Amino acid sequence: MIAIIDYGAGNLKSVKKALDYINVESRIIADSNGLNEAKKVVLPGVGAFGAAIEKLHESGFYDALKDWLQSNKPFLGICLGMQLLLESSSETIGVKGLAVFEGENLRFTKGKVPQIGWNQIQIKDESRLLDGIPDRSFFYFLHGYYISPANHDLVTATTEYRINYPSIIENGNIYAVQFHPEKSGDVGLKLLRNWVDLC
Amino acid sequence: MLATRIIPCLDVEDGRVVKGIKFKNIRDAGDPVELAALYDKQGADELTFLDIGASYRSREIMIKVVEQVSSQVFIPLTVGGGIREVADMRRILNAGADKVAICTAAINNPSLISEGAEKFGSQCIVLSIDAKRDGDSWNAYINGGRMNAGIDVLEWAKKGEKLGAGEILLNSIDMDGTKLGYDLELNRTVSELVKIPVIASGGAGTLEQMYDVIVKGKADAVLLASLLHYGEYKIADIKKYLNEKGVCVR
Repeated sequence: MIAIIDYGAGNLKSVKKALDYINVESRIIADSNGLNEAKKVVLPGVGAFGAAIEKLHESGFYDALKDWLQSNKPFLGICLGMQLLLESSSETIGVKGLAVFEGENLRFTKGKVPQIGWNQIQIKDESRLLDGIPDRSFFYFLHGYYISPANHDLVTATTEYRINYPSIIENGNIYAVQFHPEKSGDVGLKLLRNWVDLC
Repeated sequence: MLATRIIPCLDVEDGRVVKGIKFKNIRDAGDPVELAALYDKQGADELTFLDIGASYRSREIMIKVVEQVSSQVFIPLTVGGGIREVADMRRILNAGADKVAICTAAINNPSLISEGAEKFGSQCIVLSIDAKRDGDSWNAYINGGRMNAGIDVLEWAKKGEKLGAGEILLNSIDMDGTKLGYDLELNRTVSELVKIPVIASGGAGTLEQMYDVIVKGKADAVLLASLLHYGEYKIADIKKYLNEKGVCVR
């Protein structure tokens, strides 16, 4: 079973619907005990960094997820769910993220903010997540902040929006994407399929 | 590069797409779920549904439509029409919409923008502005473009951004349905004024006009209704044209 973490950050249903569509069993869980039965975890999310971390603490997910991630269990972070993996964000100064990876989240300073729409990935490194997905494929992005990890070896793909920033990172069984695969049409569904089957 | 978006807009009343859509190879041209799937296949970057039925019943059916579309079509979905309070937003978003568009209700109660942005995030809130030219400026209209709200469009756009809108859907009442082209000055002025994306709407008749509103009007996206529904242009043709002219499209 794939657990979709519900910490009150909306758009959970989109992920659930996409997984339903590709016939993968998933469950939205609002209680960290639900992780006991889970094989894989999706951390979705839209909204603000600080509010999300606060919710994760309130619901008991913060520590449970840290354990999950430190044990290198299968994980997919989407959008804010990617950003939460880092130590901090200039969106909410002084709030500590899940801090699985060193680095911070920064706000775009050029162009329209948030970035809304379809943008391309430039593949930097081979990945099972991208099996059958061509370089320069378009995915749907919706964000005002981007991750700036200290370790560049994590970066599987980047995207250009006035600057070049990481749009896919991975480390062991931990994967995270800045775009919304659940809203990126066929190529997005393919990526989810890859994650379920190969990652 | 970020692609310029082409967004079909479907007017829905009592669960049926209205405005006499003429598609071939569709069993039932008025079914929003089928049309959404078709536009998705044709390369639509997002979809917008406007509930133009004023009744409670029409809104209830819209919820079901959104649930169905979002279970089968995996591109962003914006829903507008009849949203008056945060509770309406929540229902629409929970049904599977990614964004809500608000127009009249936002002018009547601007705090709806900030409340919505706080609850669901700015990216969920599309401020729809119906603009009508008045000499050198534009006035914002409400009630489906029937009533002048007496508010300057530029001030309203700026205020909407400040309150937390994530995007502006800018519709020119003067040009809507004319096919004479967009109000380029309106689009450019608003787009340069705010830092959030602007979706241009109203006036498209030719491919060149779409190009113009993207390049000269600085639009981040183009909303199209009848031009697509009547089959005058296919999304693929529009994108091909724009691509050849150097505009980044998906």
